[in-house]
Amino acid sequence: MTANFRLPVGGRVNRDEALRFSLDGRPMLGYRGDTLASALLANGVHQVATSIKYGRPRGIMAAGVEDASALVQIEEPFPEPMMSATTVELYDGLIARGLPGQGRLADRPDPARYDAKHVHCDVVVVGAGPAGLVAALTSARSGARVVLVDDQNQAGGALLGSDEYFDDLGSPAAWVHEVLAELRATPGVLVLERTTAFGAYDDGFLLALQRRTDHLGAAAPKDVARQRIWRIRAKQTVIATGAHERPVVFADNDRPGIMLAGAARTYLHRYGVLPGRRIVVFTTNDSAYTAAIELAETGVDVPMLLDARAVPPEGLVAECAARGIEVRAGHAVTGTEGREHITDVHIAPLAGTGHPDTIMCDTLLVSGGWNPVVHLFSQLRGALRYAPELGAFVPGEELPDVQVVGSAAGALDLASCVRQGGEAGRAASEAAGFTRPAPVPLPTSDARVAEAAAMVLWQVPEGAEPTADTRFVDLQRDATVSDVLRATGAGLRSLEHIKRYTTIGTAHDQGKTSGMIAAGIVAEALGVKIAEQRPTTFRPPYTSVPFAALAGRDRGELHDPVRITAMHSWHVAQGALFEDVGQWKRPWYYPRPGEDMADAVLRECRAARESVALMDGSTLGKIDVQGQDSGEFLDMLYTNMMSNLKVGRIRYGVMCGVDGMVIDDGTVIRLAEDRFLVTTTTGNAAKILEWMEEWLQTEWPHLRVFLTSVTEHWATVPLVGPRSRDVLASLAPELDVSNEAFGFMSWRDTVLDVTGGVAARVCRISFSGELAYEINVNAWHGRALWEALMAAGEPYGITPYGTETMHVLRAEKGYPIIGQDTDGTVTPQDLGMSWAVSKKKPDFIGKRSFARSENNRPDRKQLVGLLPANPATVLPEGAQIIESAHLPEPPVRMLGHVTSSYASAALDRGFALAVVRSGRDRIGETLYVPVADDVVPVTVTDSVLFDKEGTRRDG
Amino acid sequence: MTTDRRTAVPPGADLPDHPSFLWPNPDPAKSYDVVIVGGGGHGLATAYYLAKVHGITNVAVLDKGWLAGGNMARNTTIIRSNYLWDESSGIYEHSLKLWENLEAELDYPILFDQRGVLNLAHSLQDVRDSVRRVNANRLNGIDAEWVDADGVQELCPIVNVSPDVRYPVLGATYQPRAGIAKHDYVAWGYARAAAAMGVDLIQNCEVTGIDTVGGRVRGVRTTRGRVAAGKVALCAAGHSSVLAAMAGLRLPVQSHPLQALVSELLEPVHPTVVMSNAVHVYVSQAHKGELVMGAGIDSYNGYGQRGSFHIIERQMAAALELFPIFARAHLLRTWAGIVDVSPDASPIVGLTPIDGLYLNCGWGTGGFKATPGLGDCFAHTVAKDKPHQFNEPFTLERFTTGALVDEHGAAAVAH
Ligand SMILES: Cc1cc2nc3c(=O)[nH]c(=O)nc-3n(C[C@H](O)[C@H](O)[C@H](O)COP(=O)(O)OP(=O)(O)OC[C@H]3O[C@@H](n4cnc5c(N)ncnc54)[C@H](O)[C@@H]3O)c2cc1C
Repeated sequence: MTANFRLPVGGRVNRDEALRFSLDGRPMLGYRGDTLASALLANGVHQVATSIKYGRPRGIMAAGVEDASALVQIEEPFPEPMMSATTVELYDGLIARGLPGQGRLADRPDPARYDAKHVHCDVVVVGAGPAGLVAALTSARSGARVVLVDDQNQAGGALLGSDEYFDDLGSPAAWVHEVLAELRATPGVLVLERTTAFGAYDDGFLLALQRRTDHLGAAAPKDVARQRIWRIRAKQTVIATGAHERPVVFADNDRPGIMLAGAARTYLHRYGVLPGRRIVVFTTNDSAYTAAIELAETGVDVPMLLDARAVPPEGLVAECAARGIEVRAGHAVTGTEGREHITDVHIAPLAGTGHPDTIMCDTLLVSGGWNPVVHLFSQLRGALRYAPELGAFVPGEELPDVQVVGSAAGALDLASCVRQGGEAGRAASEAAGFTRPAPVPLPTSDARVAEAAAMVLWQVPEGAEPTADTRFVDLQRDATVSDVLRATGAGLRSLEHIKRYTTIGTAHDQGKTSGMIAAGIVAEALGVKIAEQRPTTFRPPYTSVPFAALAGRDRGELHDPVRITAMHSWHVAQGALFEDVGQWKRPWYYPRPGEDMADAVLRECRAARESVALMDGSTLGKIDVQGQDSGEFLDMLYTNMMSNLKVGRIRYGVMCGVDGMVIDDGTVIRLAEDRFLVTTTTGNAAKILEWMEEWLQTEWPHLRVFLTSVTEHWATVPLVGPRSRDVLASLAPELDVSNEAFGFMSWRDTVLDVTGGVAARVCRISFSGELAYEINVNAWHGRALWEALMAAGEPYGITPYGTETMHVLRAEKGYPIIGQDTDGTVTPQDLGMSWAVSKKKPDFIGKRSFARSENNRPDRKQLVGLLPANPATVLPEGAQIIESAHLPEPPVRMLGHVTSSYASAALDRGFALAVVRSGRDRIGETLYVPVADDVVPVTVTDSVLFDKEGTRRDG
Repeated sequence: MTTDRRTAVPPGADLPDHPSFLWPNPDPAKSYDVVIVGGGGHGLATAYYLAKVHGITNVAVLDKGWLAGGNMARNTTIIRSNYLWDESSGIYEHSLKLWENLEAELDYPILFDQRGVLNLAHSLQDVRDSVRRVNANRLNGIDAEWVDADGVQELCPIVNVSPDVRYPVLGATYQPRAGIAKHDYVAWGYARAAAAMGVDLIQNCEVTGIDTVGGRVRGVRTTRGRVAAGKVALCAAGHSSVLAAMAGLRLPVQSHPLQALVSELLEPVHPTVVMSNAVHVYVSQAHKGELVMGAGIDSYNGYGQRGSFHIIERQMAAALELFPIFARAHLLRTWAGIVDVSPDASPIVGLTPIDGLYLNCGWGTGGFKATPGLGDCFAHTVAKDKPHQFNEPFTLERFTTGALVDEHGAAAVAH
């Protein structure tokens, strides 16, 4: 049984809905509306975990994201590492475990879904406290599209932790309710609860994480995305993110039962939970008095309030006295006792008279002032200014289109917060173009306002330096004052160095409560002003975000679009194996029953060389180039001349980068005076289009050229082999397919006898050396064309082939594949393609580089063929080539490497292409290829190994 | 009043302490034999080897911010030497050998951990390139292996090697001697050792001009006054082109943001380092337990140490493709550095047309691993006024002559 610290009434929990949960195997009950932390406190449980380095018990110190010690591992309904108990909304069946240091990842797949949404708006308001609510409503009334995000499950912000009297409405809740109702009813307004703005980027771009079903636990609907990333683009941003209370450092300041004073108010008012039964308060400012008074009013024993200030606020002291709370001014906590829970506090005067004392208690509330939540502003690289009256950093400059209001800007009372909210709301909507005046009456409350200035106190001074320091600055990293002093003693001056030396601020909470204190202690130690120090930079995310939420839907099949051709289903049905080429799935080979890859490829090759075969070439990149300067443009892009290509003709072209290295190749066909269709390699299509656009837009904007990707518009089928003419003729009655009428490197439009007549463009090009036609039809008819070709070719045993056979066929002819036989260091000349480099053109990309000394070295690597001494050998691709028959000790001089290697049906042997130093001069030489523990002798040959004379091309 | 603090220390807490003294904070002197601009890993290592190997101690390292607060403080600490070309393997392997003894050399616990690096292959071309690189590495005497998908899973069981994923893992190159180290510890180790030998480490001292007379360097102008120097060595990483411009040199480097991120501390799940270029992400688990990740550069140029968030989102999607187990790990912190990318993805280290001015830049996304090797070679270059054999190929002139060392075309592996 656990103790019951829940008040009989009060709080915003639903007492009709009890929820079962457990921590470290201990079953407990809480209510809908609790956080794990409030439910634990209601059960009298303060200790949540033990600390990472010293294993000290650690409890709940705050009520929100700033908590630095109540870390848990969620075990059920699904393991999730390292969550703060103060931010986990309670649900039925929650099983958690205190986390000493490292979280645990699930060993099963996460079944949840995640997604992302974009939203564009005029004004985004972050934080639905009083300042944010007034800002949002003011903007909304002016007609602006407003997005209001808040990380809690309900709006209200700091008001959720108070019970002040509000206007004539009574409670703050009633006012919040009215504002929200109006916002929700206003068209164009989006209110997002449970949504944490975690990243602020340039130009009004804000990222937020919405926890949509987490609070439902195992009852969460499976078809609703568990979490959603909102990508919000706003013209104006209003940051109303509030403030985090700051503790004061003293010896043994980490015991469970030690809590921020404001957090205690939140537990009291929002959850109807008492943090303890005998409570001592230690403060440096007026705000904690309210906690003491309110707790005393509930009947809790509040024996004493220690105010570090010599002169405490008179009015508040009187209120305390009236409730039996003794106020000791000029006093501080110097230490605590207890193990799993605080039992006593040691107190002493900070200066002057008085004597040390020890007071029994089960809870110590601490307030060292408030740190404005400037994270998003700082992420935007807004400069921060140290505000000595607050002991905290505040926004120190104006950023365009961004306003910071309320406690986030350092305001301490409701009146200032709502006034700033109203002003920001109006300014933002005006700046976004909404000038209709839309004042919102500002609420007032009876909350106590500060009477006296706060004192800035980072740590309670200690007489002598303790040997084992327990004055924790960063509870989660177990980093102490001594650690900070050790860092400054080591010669470190910058806060960034000290942070790294001590690890302060690097834990799960990213230093929300410790960063400022560390800066203060460093300044004291070095005798410098805090204002002279540069605070460490706040970086996204403000609070932690699950990886899966960021990945969203871009997983599995959706990780990268799968691109398939119009004939894909046919290939699948035929049992083709596929190769990923860029985003495309390409048939790799079509094994018949009992065949392995080698068998299948030999068969496919034979069919292409001996009869007829076809492949799906639809994935080749196709770019439609139009405009009167198209010829001039292509002349600049390709190494060879394109402007003099005749309409109706086709030319092979090579493209180089500025360094003169080959980046792509393909055919260019001229459709009209002012229109070309160029093809690229499959994997490079997008890159080449971008490349063209970049040159066109940045270097040659004067050229009238328009580029369009038409890759998917066409289905493309190379029809290859000595009988390809017969097959084509049978399908193209209107086309004279004779060599005289339809010569190599020309194209014709015709209508094919396919499903009642399909328009086709047929190109006479060949990537195999065989007589071949490349048939292009509208992608819609791709499969029909394919099937018609299969039927027409049946008498000749027409055979579909995949990329592997295509590679073999072209390699036998010495045609390089860019990206396989080249690697960005190979010139057209190296490939033996000097013929494709124009000598006439005044300029083209890469030309200048051809004149460089390195490009003219005689020992450049050149494309050659290799024949292994043993014809049965197929060299591994990627093997290196050396000069000696025996492998010497490393480093071994390498002459080049094997770029392509296959077993050839036509040559009846293994062969390879390679790039080899001075390769063309070495033709006939024997070189060596280390393969595993062997060294394989090979003969260097010309890169063209089959049909050197080109007799097969015309059939 | 204080009780014993220490009970059992769970994993993740046991980082070694830094020494109790690191370095003094002197004001700049009027003149030095050598001024090193940039107190990142490279600047500090160069200072160290100048003092240690060449006995040149009248040296200042000037940094515009806090020491080693640039890329040195921001990188993901992958160390390997399995580069493709002979020139690269020369300098990176030299560096790796120095890493292997660095902890003792600096008497600093730099947490150099040779846990191996896997570079995954996802396409047939990836496989060809990988095998080629492994073969080249072995002939250069560098430990390298090609492992198939099962081998990948054996080395790193959490990698998803299922054939049903979008881009299945077809295998990987593996360098067992590769690994990671702790960047701050490395920088501070060099800094402390250099300072102890008399090198002045001067922070918050931005170089705003480089003085030359008759083609010879005379000193630098800084936000803390003029500093005369017999020699000036530039180690400014992402800001190299800005500094070179002060001496009238135009560098073929582009500065880009490069982002990285960490998760919370997690129980050990990831025993090695995994890099993938096709499914673009690379991941290791640091000593304390956090996952450390990065991907490619942000495509635009800039000096703001900030990147765009969609890069992080893409990288997360990639990470979950490879490591589904990471689904509920949390992103805790992101950041960016500015990397100096050269056209051939190889560094520029050597002499300049100005006497006494030496250049070290262009390391882009992968210069952390080079820290010891570069420091040694660059110190040699500065001390002897001529390049060390290992940086000899990495001249500035190669962009005129065409003698490039193109590391991205071939293997497309950065970092
Ligand atoms: C996110 C990220 C991940 C990376 N991951 C890896 C990795 O895994 N493996 C790897 O090997 N490499 C990696 N790198 C690259 C590596 O960090 C760099 O190549 C290397 O750190 C550069 O050398 P440096 O340490 O000297 O640079 P820096 O630390 O950047 O040092 C340059 C210094 O010059 C200073 N400076 C600039 N201008 C001036 C001026 N005018 N006056 C005075 N001082 C000036 C800067 O303040 C800075 O301190 C990564 C880089 C980044 C950003």
